[in-house]
Parts: sequence; structure tokens; C-alpha cells
Amino acid sequence: MASITLPNPGVLAASRAVQATTEQPWVRWSLIAIAVAFLGVFLFLPLAIVFSSALERGVSVYVGALREPDAMAAIKLTLIAAGISVPLNMIFGITAAWAIGKFDFLGKSLLITLIDLPFSVSPVVSGLIYVLIFGLQGLLGPWLAAHDLKIIFAVPGIVLATMFVTFPFVARELIPLVEAQGTEEEEAALTLGASGWQTFWRVTLPNVKWGLLYGVILCNARAMGEFGAVSVVSGHIRGRTNTMPLHIEILYNEYQFAPAFAVASLLALLALATLLAKTVVEWKARQQSTELQRMSGEAL
Amino acid sequence: MIRKVCFFVAILGASLLGFGQRVTLLNVSYDPTRELFQDYNAAFAKYWKVKTGQDVTIQQSHGGSSKQARAVIDGLDADIVTLALAYDIDAIADKAHLLPSNWQSRLPNNSSPYTSTIIFLVRKGNPKKIKDWDDLIRPGVSVITPNPKTSGGARWNYLAAWGYALRKSGGDESKARDFVSKLFANVPVLDSGARGSTTTFVERGMGDVLIAWENEALLGANELGKERFEIVVPSTSILCEPSVSVVDRVVDKKGTRATAQAYLEYLYSPEGQEIAAKRYYRPRSAAVLKKYAAQFPNVKLFTIADIAGDWKQAQAKHFADGGIFDQVYSANQ
Repeated sequence: MASITLPNPGVLAASRAVQATTEQPWVRWSLIAIAVAFLGVFLFLPLAIVFSSALERGVSVYVGALREPDAMAAIKLTLIAAGISVPLNMIFGITAAWAIGKFDFLGKSLLITLIDLPFSVSPVVSGLIYVLIFGLQGLLGPWLAAHDLKIIFAVPGIVLATMFVTFPFVARELIPLVEAQGTEEEEAALTLGASGWQTFWRVTLPNVKWGLLYGVILCNARAMGEFGAVSVVSGHIRGRTNTMPLHIEILYNEYQFAPAFAVASLLALLALATLLAKTVVEWKARQQSTELQRMSGEAL
Repeated sequence: MIRKVCFFVAILGASLLGFGQRVTLLNVSYDPTRELFQDYNAAFAKYWKVKTGQDVTIQQSHGGSSKQARAVIDGLDADIVTLALAYDIDAIADKAHLLPSNWQSRLPNNSSPYTSTIIFLVRKGNPKKIKDWDDLIRPGVSVITPNPKTSGGARWNYLAAWGYALRKSGGDESKARDFVSKLFANVPVLDSGARGSTTTFVERGMGDVLIAWENEALLGANELGKERFEIVVPSTSILCEPSVSVVDRVVDKKGTRATAQAYLEYLYSPEGQEIAAKRYYRPRSAAVLKKYAAQFPNVKLFTIADIAGDWKQAQAKHFADGGIFDQVYSANQ
């Protein structure tokens, strides 16, 4: 290649980069050892403790803890909260990414900042916002009470709080993707006579498919694990408004350590499944992008 | 996708409408009553079924007493509140008008069906030789107690210490203030509720002494490890009167007043008193108290009226923003 005979800045940078990694072997190995030890202490050890504590008093206690009616109710409520908030946030994320990525309008950067808001606000504050709005002493509280509607300390409040904290995941994942893809393909589709809806389903959505799935997985993980915001609006009524994370805290406070860790291990399993799904999706997405590069290379 | 959404909307609807015909009561309570009401709810459901033929389900919510009162004020639909102190129920009456301000006169014994007091839990062998309140302010003794701002038990703890110092000095408030200031200088962490403090002391192994509800300390010592902890009974302590009430606005709306009323009255019955005693609450009934006398240590008890007036006065002077607790705690930081 040309760069062999013509030393250019790129080669200089590359050789420097090589030098930067040719540290003494002991430096390299101790760095690796530190990273592995850190992972071990802060990640694998707690995970191992969760599972060993959960099974400490035998499989029957473990299964019993999960089949106990309050635990079942907590698992069900967690699934309901995630089942409602994830699809809604998916729809929201797609529309937001579509609007922001494909169009220019006034206040666009403000909108992006607002979408990020739930990331920068403490979950406790997110919960309190809903208490201040829907609580009996809050803005809409008296009206809701007069019409016999329950928002906070009931399922709708938990769903709302979950939606609020998981709101940015899908949108944040999609916006850069949609922006990077530009509008050429959509314009081509339109000139070929596709309707707006057809363009969306056949061009835009397939292009962001893997990014979308990735966002949904992250969104789901957070929705099921959320503690702070949900704790504020839950009222902690066992069997009724306790999600899995809240149920774990209650069990722990009642000195029922094995059952607490049993439910915790279920959440941990969920996290591991999420991790696996995330890895698969990342791999698929990478495959798709190299495929695209290859195809565009052939086209040239 | 749409089917899935419909399904969840249906579930949401069902959960909003409530389930079936049985009566459901929600008892919003403070932290250490978990075991008490677990037993009592089962007994009451049985009693009520026999008496009226009606099935009753009692749902429980537990947390720091003031936090729980706050939730009821904000709209948590409690039929019954069973909190750590009268002031927290007063707050529900004052701030949300969900029950009349004379609620305390509606049931016997100031609406307090069982009492308790404040004692100490120490590690086995009592390595720091803690005998009485004075030992808690020695340098190098680490004391665990929850936050008086959010926990009812913590306010009783504080007032027990205050009352001890006040009475010892013959009513000298500056001495009492000095005492609680030194006491809180020895507190490394303030949990938000009594149960959190017990877990900190018992499970996380922090501190030399836990100031706790007698019922919480006895439960901790008897059920979590006689071989690990010891009870220390101070020379004097405070008579704690946890209070109970029906929440009028909620029971009238839900139509559960009769059941809720009976639920509280049954607490005063021999069966109710016996369950309380078994869970280490001091029963009001003399007969039941006599039967369980062996498990309750002999402590000279003073009341809140002896040392701080009523709860409203105590709250304003000690625990309100800028009150004595805030002053001594921030001075220590």
C-alpha cells in the first residue's frame, strides 16, 4: 500500500499507538489482574452471594418464597408495570426519534434535553412529582378523590412512575441512529411513490430494528428493577402495590433473608437474561452494519 | 401488539375495580408491628367469620410511623391506622381532616390498646458494660437509634433519654439538652425506621448498643439469637403508647366502618391482648399482663406528660424544623 513508502501522519500515529501498548509485561498483567479482581469483588461475588443465600435453606424454601401469594402478586405487578410502560415508551421513542432525526424545527435541542430529564432527576424526586400532582393534598388530588379515581398508592401510579424513569431509553438509543441514516432513503421511497406510512414501515423501521430492540431491552431491565420512584408512590401494601424490588426490601426487613434473596435472585436472573439478549442484539446489529458496508462497497 | 395492550388495560381495569365481594381492610402501621399484625389479622379474620359470616382480608403496609402518616395524608386509602404515637394520627386529622381531632377519646386507654417502653439491646457479654442511660454518652460507645424526623420509635427513644436526664437533674433543661447532645454525638447512622436500625445493629453488626422498642429488642434477642445479644434494662424509661384509629373518611367511602371498628375493638379483647403480649407488647388487660409478667422486665416508667407536656408541645419543641433535635444534631456534625 501507498502508506508503506510514504510515511504519513496516520502511520506515525499507529506506530505510537503500538508503542503505547508495549508496556512491560508485568504492567499489562497487573492492570488486567486489577480489572479482573475489581469485577470479581464488585460483580461476581455479590451475584454469587445472592444465589448462595437464596439457596441457603434449600430448594423448597426457594420455591416456596417465589410461590408465596405476596411474592406472586409482586412478580405479577412488576410484569404489568413493565408490560405497559415498555410498549408505550417504545412508541414514544420511535416517534420522538423520527421527529428529531428526520426533521428540523424550532426548539429541537430543547426537546432532546427534556427527553433526557428523567436521567438527570433522582428517582425519588420523580416519584414525589406524582405525589404532588395526584396526592390527596396535591394539584389534582381532590378532583380525583371526588371521582373515586386512584392514581398514586395504586397500580396506575406505579405504571406512571415506571414510565417516567424509563422514558428516555428507547428515544436515546434511536435518535443518533436515525440522525446518522439521514433522509436519502426515505426521499428515494417517496419519489418511487410510497406513502408516508409505507416509507416508515418499509424503510425507516427496518433500518433501526436492532437499535430499537436494544433500547427496549434496556428499558425493560430498568422498568423491572426500578426501586426509588416506585417506592414513593407505592404505599407498600403487600399483595397489592408491591413490586419485586419493594417486596425484596420488605422480606429483608422481616428477617426472612433466604426468601428475600430468592426473589432477588429472580431479578438477577432477569438481568442476566437481559445481558444475554443485549449481547445477541449487539452482535446482530454489527453483522447488519458490516453487511451494509459490504453491499455499498460492491455497489461502488 | 394491540392484543397485548388490550390485555394489560383489562388487567389494569380489573385491579382498579377491586376483586369480588369480600371485605378488604387496609391497616397502615409502623415498622415493628409486622409480626404482631400477621398473627392478629389471622385471628380477627377467624373471629369475624364466625361472628358475621363475612370473609375479611386485611392488607398491611409498614414503614416509619411519620412516613406512613404522610402517605395516608397524601391519599393512601387506610381503613385503619395503627401508628407509633398519637402525634402522627393527629397529623392526619390536622393536615388532611380524614378523621376528627378527638379521635383519641373514641377507644379506651387513649386509643392505645397495648403499650411498650424503650430499652437497650447489647452484644453478648455486654463488652462495653452498658447498664443505664449514662453509659450511652461515654466516649467510644457507639449507639444505634433511628431518625426522630421520620421514625416514631426514634422520638420515643429521644424523649426517654431526655426524660431520664431531666428527672435526674431535678428538671434542669440545659442538663437534659447537654445529655441528648452527647448521646447523638455517639450515633454513627440514623436509619429512617426502627426496623432499619434493628437490621443495622443485628445484621450489619454496627454499634455497641441499640436503643429500641421493648418489643423490638425482645424479638431481636429471643428470635434472632439469644447467643448473640443481651437485653439491658435501664433504671427508668418512658411509657410508650402506640395509638390506633379508624380513618373516618376512608371507611365511610368504602362502607367498611363496622368491620374496621370491630377490628380495633377486638384488639382490647382477651384474645387480642394475648396476641399482643406474645409479640412482646405490654397488654392493657391486667389479667393478661399478669400471665405474661415474666417476659416484661421491671422498669420505672414516666409518661410523656411528666417530661414534655403533650405530643403537640413535644413535637414543636423538640422535633420541628429548628427544634432542639436539629440544634444538637447539627452542632455535632
